[in-house]
Amino acid sequence: MSFFDRFFQVPSDLQNSWWGLVGWQFHLTLLPVLWGLLLALPLGLLCARFRWLYPPVLGVATVFYAIPSLAFFVFLIDVTGETPITVEIPLTIYTLVVLVPAIVDGMRSVSEETRAAATAMGFGTLRRYLQVELPIAVPAIIAGLRVATVSSVSLVSIGVLIGNQGALGNLLSDAMNYHRPLLAWDAVLTIAVLGVLLDALLVLARRLLTPWARKATSA
Amino acid sequence: MNLIGFAQTFFNDPSRWSGSDGIPTRLAEHVEYSLLALAIAMLIGLPIGLLTGHTGRGGNALAALATAARALPSFGLLVLLTIMMGLGLTPVMVPLVALAVPPILVTTYEAMRGVDPALVDAARGMGLPTARVLWQVELPVALPLILSGIRSAAIQIVSTATIAAYVSFGGLGRYIVDGLSQVRYDKVVGGAVLVAGLALATLAFFWLLTRLLVSPGVRRSR
Repeated sequence: MSFFDRFFQVPSDLQNSWWGLVGWQFHLTLLPVLWGLLLALPLGLLCARFRWLYPPVLGVATVFYAIPSLAFFVFLIDVTGETPITVEIPLTIYTLVVLVPAIVDGMRSVSEETRAAATAMGFGTLRRYLQVELPIAVPAIIAGLRVATVSSVSLVSIGVLIGNQGALGNLLSDAMNYHRPLLAWDAVLTIAVLGVLLDALLVLARRLLTPWARKATSA
Repeated sequence: MNLIGFAQTFFNDPSRWSGSDGIPTRLAEHVEYSLLALAIAMLIGLPIGLLTGHTGRGGNALAALATAARALPSFGLLVLLTIMMGLGLTPVMVPLVALAVPPILVTTYEAMRGVDPALVDAARGMGLPTARVLWQVELPVALPLILSGIRSAAIQIVSTATIAAYVSFGGLGRYIVDGLSQVRYDKVVGGAVLVAGLALATLAFFWLLTRLLVSPGVRRSR
């Protein structure tokens, strides 16, 4: 068997193919990031609109973020069992914590003139948020998403410690048990490549969503 | 039993409070690994961040490096290095340092870039040499942001040092890993409470440090 074949050969106790593990990893990573984004958008709007709300939200968020992922997983086992949800809830909260400040900062970077112009054109709060402030905040939001996504990809692997919910991380426990370094290389390299790939996709998304930014720099 | 019940069982056991598997020993081990990793990461991250931030060169390279480092899974790296090198301090330290350098490096760079150029010009105009401009003007103004970078690095180290127990090292992760394999849920919860508590204590420590170190003038302007 060639080295290449062995690299993609997953031990049979995982009951999964290499591609299956990659798909699982994507699922466990992207679903929480998506949920985090969906929750952060209205929360960011509220925090930017009601200034008194921002410091307490930021405080609670920082405290949640300080709870280690393994400890967080463990607390949840009692409630959600050894299921994917146990891994997904903490990752959703981490994403939320990174994104809310990013959205608030992004919205604060919208100039007063722009806001006034939108209001003068008859935009209500929600429409101004969706069509003016949010697009201008895209670079800040994507910067937050990049941090959240890339760290989620690698945090998922810790899920193996709480009952084989680690997707590619499950290769790591097999690497230890059977003493097969190649499996550990497989996990580390694949996770790193997935992280860099997702990061590149987000950079691409930013370029597509903010066409004016490129024109401004080339001018 | 619920979480509080498990935690009570764990913390009320008198034998938990002494011996080689007692809370004081495990806590001390955890703090020791964390401090060592943070010190190494600061020795690498701070000088490079200060220098590149001061000169303004290499920002793109730093950002690319930080993304690549963030994509490396700490747990995977730990397992890989342990299999390759055997049990030792190096396989535990490398992932922790790799985790902590990017936030320190990138925030230090950005903190230095964010210093108002007018301040630097004024200091130069007053005849301050470059070294004094760096130490007495740029650094104090950039300090709050630099400290926030070190804070996130420290918290990530404290969180991640837990996994060292998986490769039969000490620290607070021992309770979680042993408890999971022995199906002793009170141990698991007790360990998780201790790690979360230590992370929050780290947060509080940095809040205090920022109050003490940041000059009142800088604080007011923020």
